[in-house]
Amino acid sequence: MALDKNGIAKRIAKELKDGYYVNLGIGIPTLVANHVPEGMTVEFQSENGVLGMGPFPVEGEEDADLINAGKQTITVKDGASFFDSAMSFAMIRGQHVQLTVLGAMEVSENGDIANWKIPGKMVKGMGGAMDLVASAENIIVAMTHTNKAGESKLLKSCSLPLTGVGCVKKIVTDLAVLEVSPDGGFILLEVAPGVTVEEVKSKTEGKLIVPDNVSEVAL
Amino acid sequence: MNKVVNSAEEAIKGIESGMTLMLGGFGLCGIPENCIEALTKTDISGLTCISNNAGVDDFGLGLLLQKKQIKKMISSYVGENKEFERQMLSGELDVELIPQGTLAERCRATGAGIPAFFTPAGYGTEVAEGKETREFNGKMYVMEHAFDAPFAIVKAWKGDTEGNLIFKATARNFNPLMAMAGKITIAEVEELVPAGELDPNAIHTPGIFVQRIFQGEKFEKRIEQRTTRQA
Repeated sequence: MALDKNGIAKRIAKELKDGYYVNLGIGIPTLVANHVPEGMTVEFQSENGVLGMGPFPVEGEEDADLINAGKQTITVKDGASFFDSAMSFAMIRGQHVQLTVLGAMEVSENGDIANWKIPGKMVKGMGGAMDLVASAENIIVAMTHTNKAGESKLLKSCSLPLTGVGCVKKIVTDLAVLEVSPDGGFILLEVAPGVTVEEVKSKTEGKLIVPDNVSEVAL
Repeated sequence: MNKVVNSAEEAIKGIESGMTLMLGGFGLCGIPENCIEALTKTDISGLTCISNNAGVDDFGLGLLLQKKQIKKMISSYVGENKEFERQMLSGELDVELIPQGTLAERCRATGAGIPAFFTPAGYGTEVAEGKETREFNGKMYVMEHAFDAPFAIVKAWKGDTEGNLIFKATARNFNPLMAMAGKITIAEVEELVPAGELDPNAIHTPGIFVQRIFQGEKFEKRIEQRTTRQA
């Protein structure tokens, strides 16, 4: 069975390491915060100027001055800090934030990512996505393998306007876990339970590299 | 020199049609709502606003958009605003989208006397089109420039009569950077105290960056995405 949103988040959470500073994008990436392995300390950064984000507040304790980059009310954990937007992006560009997880509309086999603009549709803006993808050492994309029309989102080259070039390292979809090869191509690392290599192959437009051993995603 | 003004109306004196304004805030968090409201009561128009976002239909910069006082927005993200969308699609409103970190650094550079800098953000994308690019240590960067704006308007939690500012939580965001960048910076604060009452160790924006300061009449502090968990 293909992974649902929480399954994708849970699989990505396995990439976390103790002491990591992590920036989570809007959507599926946000769910990763719910699956931090027991006994591990991970600090979440939000680019609007907070490090050490906690859970959403309980009703009645919302503070208009305390939000995340998705403009949602949040809380902070002990040890949190606040800072301005220039310092926030200094953390990001300066690679002090060790992992960025974000969604995408398309990823190409050389690691290009498109996730901010669809020509002909209202363009809302890239927000901090271009800064994040251009800077992070480790970028994991969380997305569905195909779009609503059933077309592959893992392509030879992106058809949509790019957010960044050659930056994606790993992709976790509902069907598989893949790594972008430095020489180009998606290396198939794991398939979701019940998903066959053939299915992943048929739904990946870009070059798929299938090693001898492809394990099943373990959550 | 007295930096304290009595009202938002007095604070925005000198802002004229066609000017470029820099405004602090992220979403509706930490926006100078008193000055924005005061601007809606003037017939100033043709403004270029540099602000991370553009408010919502009936709050923040959305109020100025409704009255068609803005001709151009320079922002990183402009969703959640139908009137904005209508004006943009009809061509009434000009929009320049900038990566958020680049926007922040351009504001900082403006106030710090740095005319331009190189950033990796946007390299290889349409954001870099027509801009100088350069390789440093094997990686490609795009040259971005400082802004030039006569006025910046910011919102702080506490301020003193010297113009020193302290921000609260994530309402800090772009405010300290916009404050640095304005030739004339207007600060509206929730609480204005005499010089000496704020701990110098705790100041986020030193008063040198602030020319006018006042205590806002009221702060609605609207929440854009109220999100809670079960107790």
